[in-house]
Amino acid sequence: MTELGYWTEQVKKGRISRREFMGRAAALGVSTAIATSLLSKAGIAAEPKKGGSARFGLAHGATTDTMDPAAYPDTGTQVPFWGSMSNSLTEVDAKGNITMDLCESMESADGAKKWVCKLRKGVTFHNGKDFTADDVVGSFRYHMGADSKSAAKAVLEQVADIKPDDKQTVIFELKGGNADFPYVVSDYHIPILPSENGVGDWRSGVRTGPFTLVSYEPGVRAKLKRNPNYHKPGRPYFDDVEFLTIADVTARTNALTTGEVQWISRADLKTLNLLTRNPDVAVTEVTGYGHYVFPMDVTVPPFDNVDVRTALKWALNRDDIAKKVFLGHAVVANDSPIAPSVKFAADPKPRYTYDPDKAKFHLQKAGMQNLKVNLSVADTAFNGAIDAGVLYQEHAKAAGIDINVVREPNDGYWDNVWLKKPWCADYWGGRPTCDWMFTVVYAKGAAWNETKWANPRFNDLLVIARAETDEKKRADMYAELQQLVHDDGGAVVLVFNNYVDAHSKKLAHSEIAPNWEVDGLRIAERWWFA
Amino acid sequence: MSLSAEDLETLGREGATLPLAEALVEPPPLAPRRGTLFAAWRALKTAPLTAWFGLIVILAYAFVAIFAPLVAPYGESAVVANQYEPWGGKFIFGTDQLGRDMLSRLIYGARNTIGIAVLTTGLSFTIGGVLGLLAAIIGGWTEQLLSRAVDMLMAIPQLIFALMLLSIFGSSLPNLIIIIAVLDSTRVFRLTRAVAMNIVVLDFVEAARLQGERLAWIMSREVLPNILPPLVAEFGLRFCFVFLTISALSFLGLGIQPPTADWGSMVRENATLIAYGDVTPLLPAACIALLTIAVNFVVDWFLHKTSGLRDEH
Amino acid sequence: MNPILKTVLQRLGLGLVTLFLVSIVIFSAVTMLPGDFATAILGQSATPETVAAFQRQIGLDRPPLLRYLFWIGGVLQGNFGESFSSAGGLGGGHARTVVSLIAPRLKNTLFLASFAALIAVPLSLVLGMLAALYRNSIFDRLVNLVTLTSISVPEFFIAYILMLFLAVRFPLFYSLASVSPETPFLERVARCALPALTLVLVIVAHMMRMTRAAIINLLASPYIETARLKGVSPGRIIFRHALPNAWAPIATVIALNLAYLIVGVVVVEVVFVYPGIGQLMVDSVSARDIPVVQACALVFAVTYIGFNLAADVVSIITNPRLLRPR
Repeated sequence: MTELGYWTEQVKKGRISRREFMGRAAALGVSTAIATSLLSKAGIAAEPKKGGSARFGLAHGATTDTMDPAAYPDTGTQVPFWGSMSNSLTEVDAKGNITMDLCESMESADGAKKWVCKLRKGVTFHNGKDFTADDVVGSFRYHMGADSKSAAKAVLEQVADIKPDDKQTVIFELKGGNADFPYVVSDYHIPILPSENGVGDWRSGVRTGPFTLVSYEPGVRAKLKRNPNYHKPGRPYFDDVEFLTIADVTARTNALTTGEVQWISRADLKTLNLLTRNPDVAVTEVTGYGHYVFPMDVTVPPFDNVDVRTALKWALNRDDIAKKVFLGHAVVANDSPIAPSVKFAADPKPRYTYDPDKAKFHLQKAGMQNLKVNLSVADTAFNGAIDAGVLYQEHAKAAGIDINVVREPNDGYWDNVWLKKPWCADYWGGRPTCDWMFTVVYAKGAAWNETKWANPRFNDLLVIARAETDEKKRADMYAELQQLVHDDGGAVVLVFNNYVDAHSKKLAHSEIAPNWEVDGLRIAERWWFA
Repeated sequence: MSLSAEDLETLGREGATLPLAEALVEPPPLAPRRGTLFAAWRALKTAPLTAWFGLIVILAYAFVAIFAPLVAPYGESAVVANQYEPWGGKFIFGTDQLGRDMLSRLIYGARNTIGIAVLTTGLSFTIGGVLGLLAAIIGGWTEQLLSRAVDMLMAIPQLIFALMLLSIFGSSLPNLIIIIAVLDSTRVFRLTRAVAMNIVVLDFVEAARLQGERLAWIMSREVLPNILPPLVAEFGLRFCFVFLTISALSFLGLGIQPPTADWGSMVRENATLIAYGDVTPLLPAACIALLTIAVNFVVDWFLHKTSGLRDEH
Repeated sequence: MNPILKTVLQRLGLGLVTLFLVSIVIFSAVTMLPGDFATAILGQSATPETVAAFQRQIGLDRPPLLRYLFWIGGVLQGNFGESFSSAGGLGGGHARTVVSLIAPRLKNTLFLASFAALIAVPLSLVLGMLAALYRNSIFDRLVNLVTLTSISVPEFFIAYILMLFLAVRFPLFYSLASVSPETPFLERVARCALPALTLVLVIVAHMMRMTRAAIINLLASPYIETARLKGVSPGRIIFRHALPNAWAPIATVIALNLAYLIVGVVVVEVVFVYPGIGQLMVDSVSARDIPVVQACALVFAVTYIGFNLAADVVSIITNPRLLRPR
């Protein structure tokens, strides 16, 4: 083995750093270029390059957007203000595991009812202020309390008290045990804000994140520049980033192909194969936690009959929906809202496939020969909801089920249709844990329990599983919970979504996170110029 | 553009365009009653090629629209193949985003779109025409009130107002037709009122009034026949603009209930393909354009016949 | 009193009444829309308590009549209020007043509208006169065909086709018109080229056809006949005899189209990501941000009324007979 080969091996085994290797190689008279190519042959990616101004085209953003983390309605605010300017206490990595961000550690006690957070030292806000326990308390309190108008209010309901222990320690007291609490604090609604007297201040736009605010025009653009004092070593890679809202998908595609932006979210699936022919463009695709669902209100006839529900579940050709509505860019679901990549995901049996005979059988069991139901859809629920409804209508005919697809107006859909009409279309961005998803949408009395499902066994087990710290026992419990939703629940879960984005080959990235879209919303911090 | 006023609407601006209105309205002292068919045939014989072309296209569209189920190879919403099948073979124009036959969708689209357009335009002309005539004949407070109401409706951007109304009342097909018709009728009102104003001051109307004829009689027998030409011209354009309004609404997220095929929404649904030079979305657009051109050729000819302009050929 | 001035004052008075009515209609329409600002902003994540808290903060818990009176009172004092979305403010704690939201966007809209009008108005006048001069010639028919086609294609579709050829296939222009206040003038012009071109195609047909129709219609009048018999050349007849009398309808159609350039271009704004006022109004309607919707509606109504008034004045000046009551 040559000396160079030896050192390459050492890098591979992690005994010396990349930089040290470069030094040794230079000492041996090897040029940097050759040394780099040796490393990449050995399967070690080049270290991300720094610098450059990147422009991103987002599908969302409205003139009514603000920097207030209580709302953050879509990626037009989530990506610049949370993913690029802010940090939370924890972060979900590309594998779906929780990692520490502004926390150094989170330790649970008392059956996961008490959580002690040790904060990272030496972190400063963009204005130079030191990051302390007070800031954490203020940031959380902002979403809590009777007067809160925050979208995170419901999820923080479980917090009984939050107090600083010392300058670098915060203690959370929960109302009930929750082993998944570190996931809860990673939510994009809860960035750490600079706080005074326990009140978080979002208006200043001052945060701890990789970029600082330069200018913001709501619904049009956000311009940011690198934070030189960022606490994560080496990051971010870009000097400047700019996020543009380009709502029209054709315009977005053209913006990418003409080089106006280097990255676009939500590439047009219809024309994706045409886009991939462009040699300068690459397409990325990850299966997220998000899912498309037709929730039935199980308190309203005929959906109050479990056999009707089961008949409808068998009468849907999910493969056809995945193929035609999502053009193959989706993973078929099995009437459980837990995506395959979520921890503790199970695969309940039997898998619901398209089987009109079984649907007929269950319909007869419910004492019906045929069935006529209304399904309310609008593309606000999710893009393609109308098409999916029309296809479902075609599928169900074979089982003697007549689904009347009612197109509802986009405007006001969430007020008039969702949670009001007995059967409608809906989309869930997904949650990183089973407990979170179930608690928010399927537990009895949950504010967003769109199926109004109240299964006693499910509700009891959910609370027990939440406080359980033994991983093996939890896995079994969550498997049973998923089975219950699958067998008895009122949600027809069509597919899990794939985030299909496109970017110029000038950009480079590592593994893309599936927990939220836009690389876990943190594209600005994680990507670089190749 | 459907929002913009159209050529002849300007006739409706009170006072402003009277010379033009008069030019259009002057010649026919009495509407022809006898030998209408014969006269029509004579007129047709001398009609220019463009008018013939227009008439043939309109008749062809009408035929396809009426007999759509017989003409179309497949059902309106039947999923017959994979999505985006290429042109030719079993599917002449390929299939759409759900695998429905494009040609059949276009044919059924003719039926739905033209049906909707006829209903909408008919309704808006009934509302606008009747109110316009009333305003012109009665005058006084009635006229002031109606004119102010119309002014107000016209001062609100039509597309955005239509969006709001559809959200309030729900975007069902009857609502869509009524809302577009009511918003459109403001323009018909102004046109009718302005041209009728010139007629109601003429002697024969005055005479009818003195004879004690009923209002409806004066409206339908004395005034209407004499203001028909500009109204017909307006009808031709309005009719086509209905498609554009529907397609703009569909662009902003409201439109016709699926799986109904209509050209306006079909342009929108397939529009992204154009970014790659695929001409499929041009098909419904071309259907609209061809009909617009045909209707306007006929309207131009009609205007020319009645304008009294003996133009050198 | 000068009769023209009198007419103008009369029209202005009526215009104010119309403005008032528009504000009532828009306010009622937005109030009748399902949902309110709180539910619109929070969307799916709205719970009853958070919605109630939001409503209290922006005063939506008060009865609509009271809110309208409060708003109109403010407007009469020149205060258009704050956007609901400010509920405090944006970066730096600046309150998000309606004026601060609308002003930059109105500037953008006016810029694009003037850009398009500068090309479209002369072009359509020239084309219209040429078509009238050479009526029934190949040129006339061709122009007629092209303009009829261009008005029968949805404007977003025209925009896509222009984008395809002038930005993607042959990269001559920018595909995005996302200007910001700092954009220098020349770049702003370059960025607005495609949207302006789209609008030109949309409105030229209309104005050109009207010009042609107005002139041809006059050609039937006795005085033109006389001029023709005198042996005046066709070109001279059109420019010297017909055109001056045709100004009234032409001015009206131009005014309507200019108003349209300001009021009705939301689709073009969406396609080219142009931060104009139409997009602002659509966003505000869907967010139920009533103060902003109201202000936008007023701006639009003023535009419409103003251009109509201008057209009337032009008509009266060029044809003083119109002042005489019939």
